[in-house]
Amino acid sequence: MSSKPTTLFDKVWDAHVVRDIQDGPDVFLIDRHFIHEVTSPVAFLGLKNRNVSVMFPERTFATADHNTPTINQHLPVQDPLSANQLKALEENTAKHGISHWGLGNPKNGIVHVVGPENGITLPGMTIVCGDSHTSTHGAFGCIAFGIGTSEVEMVLASQCIMQPKPKKMRINVNGEMHKGVTAKDVVLYIISKLTAAGATGYFVEYAGSVFESMSMEGRMTVCNMSIEMGARGGMIAPDETTFNYIKGREKAPTGQAWDDALAYWKTLKTDEGASFDIEHNYDGAEIEPMITYGTNPGMGMGITELIPSAEDIDAGKASFAKSLQYMGFHEKEPMLGKKIDYVFIGSCTNGRIEDFRAFASIVKGRKKADNVTAWVVPGSHVVEAQIREEGIYDILIEAGFELRQPGCSACLAMNDDKIPAGKYAVSTSNRNFEGRQGPGARTLLASPLVAAAAAVTGQVTDPRTLIA
Amino acid sequence: MAYDKFTVLKSTAVPLPIENVDTDQIIPARFLKATKREGFGDNLFRDWRYNGDDTPKTDFVLNNSIYSGKILVGGKNFGSGSSREHAAWAIYDYGFRCVVSSFFADIFKNNSMNIGILPVQVSDAFLHKIFSAIEADPNAELEVNLPEQTVTILATGESESFDINGYKKHNLVNGFDDIDYLQAMREEIVAFAQKSRY
Ligand code: SF4
Repeated sequence: MSSKPTTLFDKVWDAHVVRDIQDGPDVFLIDRHFIHEVTSPVAFLGLKNRNVSVMFPERTFATADHNTPTINQHLPVQDPLSANQLKALEENTAKHGISHWGLGNPKNGIVHVVGPENGITLPGMTIVCGDSHTSTHGAFGCIAFGIGTSEVEMVLASQCIMQPKPKKMRINVNGEMHKGVTAKDVVLYIISKLTAAGATGYFVEYAGSVFESMSMEGRMTVCNMSIEMGARGGMIAPDETTFNYIKGREKAPTGQAWDDALAYWKTLKTDEGASFDIEHNYDGAEIEPMITYGTNPGMGMGITELIPSAEDIDAGKASFAKSLQYMGFHEKEPMLGKKIDYVFIGSCTNGRIEDFRAFASIVKGRKKADNVTAWVVPGSHVVEAQIREEGIYDILIEAGFELRQPGCSACLAMNDDKIPAGKYAVSTSNRNFEGRQGPGARTLLASPLVAAAAAVTGQVTDPRTLIA
Repeated sequence: MAYDKFTVLKSTAVPLPIENVDTDQIIPARFLKATKREGFGDNLFRDWRYNGDDTPKTDFVLNNSIYSGKILVGGKNFGSGSSREHAAWAIYDYGFRCVVSSFFADIFKNNSMNIGILPVQVSDAFLHKIFSAIEADPNAELEVNLPEQTVTILATGESESFDINGYKKHNLVNGFDDIDYLQAMREEIVAFAQKSRY
């Protein structure tokens, strides 16, 4: 009975290898494929040129999110290119019999929010999407990662991709977390330690008490950012928290199928004694609310610290200087007190109900600072409805905020939600690259609590000073 | 969709000695709206190449006519960030067939090989030598030999070998892509998928 101790990653991976090509990648079966309007049109065009049909249309799900407006979604989309992409998605999915939650559909929202929300994402699945933050689904014990458009075409055509097996990394975080420290801070902390390329070539498993006590929303935030340390993806073993989250969701199994699934899901964990190529250990008590000061997500620091100097970090000096220059910051100065212009809460990193609850907990009874423009963008219509039901909407309005409609919005600023050049934005999204949130925009990545503190004070503020 | 076969490429090279060149710089998100794979080369490094008013930034290397060629030489950790394959298309469409760096982001590397661009990873020291050779003479040629897996600075004869997985190499040399391969094993996949849990 006793076989070699195996990691969670290996269990899921090995169950999906159709063929192991000698001196080549594995032919890897994909259980669920998400597509959206931006990276799929060319893939469908490729299918047409090859004269190939979709192999398993019922295993692919489409939503429109990347390039959609976040106001007036009931009106025709103004940008002709965006309208074109939305139309292409609608036509392509209809033609191939793929489920499509387009703009205005009550199930519509950001792909990595709606997948889990509707029970499409289940433990032990392999999931891909033409968006690098597909790693989000790893929170359910899935192997999930982003793919390029050729691979989107490949999955449509063959339900498989070609994938060399990555190396395995485990990141253990144990210890008691302090008040005001969220899942976002945990992952920004890890990335600041590992650097933006520190996990390249690896697939990460997050383990330890900090993740065990996290909600599914928090786990999704963590797994979402795996790619920002260079990892192919990240996963967390499913447990009661996972099962409770899934139970009763639309596409979740029921009855006997649920019992069978549950029995299988309970086997999805790393066995005692299984080995990893590398392990990292961190202490949860060391983590404080985080904020980034530079132009990659690895350039993060505790909010009360000083911006490091080039000597303190082992990245390229020239790149470091260029980065600070772009941000308009200097070595050895504090981030606290820096004036900001925009706040963005949303994205597949922090656009779930728990994130808006956190945001509202600080905003409640306060007012939005006059110098701040805030974009509050739910991850899906379901999240939007929850925001209204729970009274968060009233708190926001009372404090001078408005609520937008769901979509990726300023996370990648493909639509009109662009931060103007030179302006500072505290964002709960996942990337602070030059120009990511608009040409010349300066992004400070942070948690919903830090974003809320910035929104009501107009500057970088430690949220712990505002928590009762 | 097959592309030109890649065997031996002899060419001058364009130097871009910047580290962590991410895909948002290679092709900014606002150019991802196309529904066809055309014209991406015009927007390669758009914000580094052009001012806001679309006039060229003269200090950027692609606007400097003394540098040209089918090989792009980039600093460490080239292609990090977003998984957009458009970044590889833009590089291909502009006319590059090979990118040399001392480190590549995973997704970019995969995307490149899949569309017929060869990513060549060399040591930091050799990368420096390449940059110096081009600095000394913008007409200095490199030879990238895929069958032999070597890259040579022709002026000095210095050479280094590089790794590539045998399967990808076979595809590049023959101008095949992965989908050609998968189409050939369709029945095996269907049988496997129908037995799988999900
Ligand atoms: S919110 Fe941002 S990261 Fe998430 S799916 Fe949309 S563009 Fe990608």
